[in-house]
Amino acid sequence: MKDRVSAIIKKYGKDKSQLVSILQDMQAEYNFLPRVELDQLSKKMDIPQSQIYSLATFFKAFSLKPRGKHIINVCLGTACHVRGADLILESLERQLKINRGETTEDCNFTLETVNCMGCCATGPVVKIDAEYYGQMSNDKVELMLKKY
Amino acid sequence: MRTKLKSRKELEELQKKLSRKLDTGKTRISICNGTACRPYGSNPVAESFKSEIAKQGLEDKVDFKVTGCHGFCEKGPIAIIEPGNIFYQKIKVDDVPEIIQKSVLNKEVISKLLFKEQSTGKEITAQNELPFYKNQTRIILGNNLLIDPTEIEDYIAIGGYAALAKALFELQPDQLIGIVKQSGLRGRGGAGFSTGTKWESCRKAQGDIKYVIVNADEGDPGAYANEGLLTGNPHSVLEGLIIGAYAIGAHQGFIYVRNEYPLALKNMTIAMEQAEKHGLLGDNILGSGFDFHVRINRGGGAFVCGESTALMASLEGKVGEPRAKYIHTVERGLWDRPSTLNNVETWANIPLIVNNGPEWFSKIGSPGNTGTKIFSLTGKVNNTGLVEVPMGIKLRDIIFGIGGGIRGNKKFKAVQTGGPSGGCLPEKLLDSPVDFDELTKVGSMMGSGGMIVMDEDNCMVDIARYFLTFLEEESCGKCVPCREGIKRMRQVLNDITEGKGRESDIELLGEISVHLKESSLCQLGSSAPNPVLTTIQYFRSEYESHIKNKKCPAGVCKALIRFSITDEKCPGCGMCVKTCPSNAITFMGKKKPVILDQSRCIKCRTCYDICRMGAVSIE
Amino acid sequence: MSEKVSLTINGNKYTTQRGQYVLQVARENGIEIPTLCNHEAIEPYGACRLCIVEATHGTRTRIVTSCLYPVEEGLVVQTNSPRIIKNRKMLLNLLLARCSENKVIKNLATEYGIVKPPFREEYWEKNDCIVCGLCVRACEQVVGVSAISLVNRGIHKEPAPPYLKRAKACIGCGSCFYVCPTGAVKMEDKNGVRRIYNWNVNFKLKKCSVCGIQWAPKAQLEYIRKKWDLPVDFFETCPNCK
Repeated sequence: MKDRVSAIIKKYGKDKSQLVSILQDMQAEYNFLPRVELDQLSKKMDIPQSQIYSLATFFKAFSLKPRGKHIINVCLGTACHVRGADLILESLERQLKINRGETTEDCNFTLETVNCMGCCATGPVVKIDAEYYGQMSNDKVELMLKKY
Repeated sequence: MRTKLKSRKELEELQKKLSRKLDTGKTRISICNGTACRPYGSNPVAESFKSEIAKQGLEDKVDFKVTGCHGFCEKGPIAIIEPGNIFYQKIKVDDVPEIIQKSVLNKEVISKLLFKEQSTGKEITAQNELPFYKNQTRIILGNNLLIDPTEIEDYIAIGGYAALAKALFELQPDQLIGIVKQSGLRGRGGAGFSTGTKWESCRKAQGDIKYVIVNADEGDPGAYANEGLLTGNPHSVLEGLIIGAYAIGAHQGFIYVRNEYPLALKNMTIAMEQAEKHGLLGDNILGSGFDFHVRINRGGGAFVCGESTALMASLEGKVGEPRAKYIHTVERGLWDRPSTLNNVETWANIPLIVNNGPEWFSKIGSPGNTGTKIFSLTGKVNNTGLVEVPMGIKLRDIIFGIGGGIRGNKKFKAVQTGGPSGGCLPEKLLDSPVDFDELTKVGSMMGSGGMIVMDEDNCMVDIARYFLTFLEEESCGKCVPCREGIKRMRQVLNDITEGKGRESDIELLGEISVHLKESSLCQLGSSAPNPVLTTIQYFRSEYESHIKNKKCPAGVCKALIRFSITDEKCPGCGMCVKTCPSNAITFMGKKKPVILDQSRCIKCRTCYDICRMGAVSIE
Repeated sequence: MSEKVSLTINGNKYTTQRGQYVLQVARENGIEIPTLCNHEAIEPYGACRLCIVEATHGTRTRIVTSCLYPVEEGLVVQTNSPRIIKNRKMLLNLLLARCSENKVIKNLATEYGIVKPPFREEYWEKNDCIVCGLCVRACEQVVGVSAISLVNRGIHKEPAPPYLKRAKACIGCGSCFYVCPTGAVKMEDKNGVRRIYNWNVNFKLKKCSVCGIQWAPKAQLEYIRKKWDLPVDFFETCPNCK
């Protein structure tokens, strides 16, 4: 079993100031931040557990709970809000039967929100993994989800 | 295999060689594949062009470029064909073979892909003639059309890095700072502080180790001007940064990019690698003896990290908590060392100023507010996208002249500028000049460039509530006024939108606002009241309607509205019945109006949006 | 660097060293400025905002936190101007709404003439913690174990042990308890065991071999002994019996 944590630490030269970047790589590797690996990080870099936990809970990019296979990001930026993004979110919550921030029971989807992705002209925007879906409306939601 | 450029002369020779390649008489197609065009499917369209050109063996006849943001995001996917400056919009994959056949091989124009003027329906072929582009001054963004952001040689071909060479070999750091001061350039991130003065203070500050930082954390929801620039022309920012480092005496730089901008991160990383390979970054740049290295860092999803001290804390591996700035960061910043932090757009202006001179720059815009500003014009306008205009231009000229007015023939209500730190301005202020000082006078601010247009269907109380909800989520939580004050304000606004408002609420909001402005630790808290204060100032009647009459005139606040079917207009087609998520509508048969059960209605607007007969009304 | 600086506070002139903060000068001279998140053994933080004063330098007047504002030659400070009092009142209103049943906050509020906060009663909260960060900062700066940290952000920010479970690195010294301004940290020594409830930790107390008093957690003593390389039996007797 490869020591992925050590590999990530090595990539950043064991630099404590790169802690946020290290956590981001770990999140990309495991799809969330597992406790066991975070404890390894704490030991290997001689950083208090409390400090790592503080970072992991401050930044929205990190999840301490396992996430679904597909990450849905609903943009709630101003331009999207003005075009009804809230209603799209509600529609997704209804259809997936979860609240924002949660993962479906079958672990297929995690529903997250973002405050602006930079696609304001095509709002409301929903991003699933690396795919962008623009000009969303309630009736398009079901079709979009079916793809996954 | 590229060998490093070891002198100014080598760069100039390369530039000459590359620019000769541009004038070959080939047809040039540039297609936008920026972030904002991707939801429209620009990626498949770009791929389709590539494969079609290859299929027809046209590589030596056509110069095909995939570029970053062209600016006219509303009409994506877009492409420009030269010669002829032909502008095609809303291109589908199926259109590509026709475009190659007709426009590339036969020099014909395809009518259905042309832009049509809103009022007259007149078709306009040339990109330069479109009202959207014609009224802009695209000294920065214009270059996006000419380069593939992942090819440094495209940037060099149009004169890229010549400013850096000029700075390193012709100018002393103090002269360079003098030039930037003379140009009048002010920080484009929102604060509008004199860039030259900031650099001067940093240069003078005690300490051998200094830092330069690019703030690419553009967190204002609705602002993506930095994104378009970073993704479309990362080298312009990098070049500006290196020049700044030389002026200040810094040998280490940082670029802090929002986590939510994956394309910008990717393109900037590629740009840095290529710059280093070409000897334009790293040790002994162009053989000048000047060393400068850059590290790129991703944000972690925190708006507060756009604040300079919070950003620096994050770079140090800590949580993004701001600190008091009684000692400026130019003296004690990152790791307590002199640091110059500037916005993406500020850095991108530097090569222009060095190349063209401060007098040229100061002629654009207005005195005290020189140069251009890039705005992300979004919301209820016809022409949304990234626009670059001279400072001092009127709001009206941007929204109506460039933006093409309000979409769907609705009425303009307000324009929100400056993100959550700014305010909402009404129609009577449309002739306000847009610059650092004028917008502040009326209670808003220019901020980092977000400009969101609202119409009669937007509720201003809801907008205020929206911004406070955003700020409450993004507050770092360190200081009491922001953490507790925003929470209380948001609670009051929630109550107002739910019909639970009280007469004393407006005054209470005012009192908490004053406190936040005066006692907050950082600008997140001190500018948080702006959306509330401006909406109360300019749209007080809406607040009163919510509080006194329990009504939402714009038809937005769910607790105060009711959906109903206008029997005369309903043809009984059943479209709304099928799509209603809570089965609140009952089908009564063809040609009979449907019946809406209020008790089951969750006010999701699906029926309202889907009905083509206008039979659903909101009251 | 012992350069002298003169400044005026509430109309009176004082001379001090460059590098001092306004709060320090005020306290040294018996001028009272209220604070909550400040402690002389810990780096100032500027979170509670209670120590705000009006500071004028040249033509510019600003409201600043005196705990972090460095003294300047010719600075003019007002600690109780109407603007400052007004801000302190709103601050206390906000704190009272958050900690509506906490004695310390209630007393402070009463001092400023506050009876009840102007926010709806259904939204009042019953916290004790004001997130001043003293517990966390003491653990990090003074004790050096960083057993706890400030987690989450915004309205959910709070001091907590990692993963909200047991603070494994805690040595039971109780510094967090002693520095807490509102009594939010709950610690109890009972039946030979010290419990700090907030961090889910408990420690067996060491009994003095002479007087028999259970005087400190074994874990804390072991930590100090190891850190300063003291003999194994150094803490068999309590300080009184040494």
